[in-house]
Amino acid sequence: MSIEVSFRHAFADFALDVAFRAPEDGVTALFGPSGCGKTTIINVIAGLVRPASGQVRIGGQTLLDTAGGIDVAARRRRIGYVFQDARLFPHMSVARNLAFGARRAASPLPGPEAERIVSLLGLENLQARLPLNLSGGERQRVALGRALLANPSLLLLDEPLAALDSSRKDNILPYLERLRDEARIPILYVSHSIDEVTRLANAMVVVNDGTVAASGAVDEIMSRLDLFPLTGRFEAGAVLEGLVSRHLPDVSMTEIAVGASRLLVPRTQAPEGSRVRLRVRARDVMLATAPPTSISANNVIEGTVQAVREDAGPYVDVRIDCAGVALLARITKLSRFRLSIGEGRKVWALVKSVSVERTPARAESERR
Amino acid sequence: MTALLAPAEFEALLLSLKVSLVAVGCALPVAVALALLLSRSFPGRAILDALVHLPIVLPPVVMGYLLLLTFGLKAPLGAWLDATFGIRFMFSWTGAALAAGLITLPFQVRAIRLALEAIDPGLMQAAETLGAGPLDRFASITLPLAAPGILAGAITAFAASLGEFGAIITFVSNIPGETRTLPLAIYTAIQTPGGEAAAARLVVLAMALAFAGLILSEFAAARLKRLAGR
Repeated sequence: MSIEVSFRHAFADFALDVAFRAPEDGVTALFGPSGCGKTTIINVIAGLVRPASGQVRIGGQTLLDTAGGIDVAARRRRIGYVFQDARLFPHMSVARNLAFGARRAASPLPGPEAERIVSLLGLENLQARLPLNLSGGERQRVALGRALLANPSLLLLDEPLAALDSSRKDNILPYLERLRDEARIPILYVSHSIDEVTRLANAMVVVNDGTVAASGAVDEIMSRLDLFPLTGRFEAGAVLEGLVSRHLPDVSMTEIAVGASRLLVPRTQAPEGSRVRLRVRARDVMLATAPPTSISANNVIEGTVQAVREDAGPYVDVRIDCAGVALLARITKLSRFRLSIGEGRKVWALVKSVSVERTPARAESERR
Repeated sequence: MTALLAPAEFEALLLSLKVSLVAVGCALPVAVALALLLSRSFPGRAILDALVHLPIVLPPVVMGYLLLLTFGLKAPLGAWLDATFGIRFMFSWTGAALAAGLITLPFQVRAIRLALEAIDPGLMQAAETLGAGPLDRFASITLPLAAPGILAGAITAFAASLGEFGAIITFVSNIPGETRTLPLAIYTAIQTPGGEAAAARLVVLAMALAFAGLILSEFAAARLKRLAGR
């Protein structure tokens, strides 16, 4: 059971040839630069754009098969769509906007479930307002609620944070995380922000220039050196999933077990034993060929160089296998030459605790 | 009102209101349909657009003459309507309403079309993904959002209908109590020796009506816009 999409379509100045399969649980990110075709892909899935040829299947149900003459109308696809610009109906109160899809759904959400979503998104006190009187973040929350209350079997989010400033983004991200953990439906999340992807998604599809460059689990994709140019030169780095092994209250630090390694990071709120996701940017990782002593970095992880990727410019990207966990480091060609770093070389990766980004990960029981 | 106006003048006022109301009421659904049609692109759109707007540029007398040619009892369509349904526009107030409705149709179409084009097409997509079919979308999204434009168009057309003269007098003549609307009554009063006072009263009345109509149109549009959340 999964979400299967494959289609070809040509616009006047742009052609798409897309095929991917996304897991039917959790959040799958459609990631790529602006104008690469991400929105067209979800428009095809939603039935708003009919491609020249192709198929869309969700959980074994065929929604589109141009060869077989199947094209389920958008309004019968049961796909929730949250647009970048919210698209709330301006003449209806929040309550009426929320009820719009629910009233038309063949199998509406049971009352308690609907109430749970309304409170999950913090919409109780907005009900009587008109969209005109909502902030950008509130609008997106109402749009999320409106889509969810129609009881969709798949939720499409088209850059729901793109129109918000960064403080509003930080405001709505926790709602999205709760949604990811509590809504029992798959989510396709369109984004060009690697930050949002690594924070929210468990799988990702990398879209580039109308085609799918790669797809798979987020940690896998993010550790692929060949995808670095697409996953963001500057922002690229390893995404690691770990367990909070213990808190060190004296020094306000937390120890995270990642595979066989232990990483020390600044104290997190996550309770001991819970899963967290760490992002270690390649540019924040230093390499040494002998175990360094008397340095401030708290994390010195022993590993073996697995791959080195070189291209034009002063840098090389190095992938280090640390007892089964992949770390990525970006160093200069000069450093590589000085230390003669190559495949199979034993190295120590130095990671400053302050450079590690932490976000709560989905609970293990909900992952396959 | 009866104290201020002679019975014949009061009759002309009531007739004018009736003719304009029927004219605008009957033309409204046609105007909505035409506006919807014209807000899409299709072959021949420019020609339809020109036809709809023709009454604005044609002399009203020409409109009246064309109506006479079409709906006169000797014309095929007029004869057929009379024989089949017993409908006669000639020398009847319904004819005056037909003329006024056609001539003011462009005002309505234009206002409604502007209102329709101001609606974000993305809202239709959103409604579609939420399970709304085409008629449902029209009733629950398009119509309420276009309502200010529709109302403003209708009021402007109503005010313009009150003033229609040339087409009415050409098509259905100037029959007291049947087709003598306010402008025709003014014209008659001016033509009649000693009718200046009556003419002046009617002129003031006509000006007040037109002015009230325009003010009402502005007010209604602003109020509906607020209701529509814009």
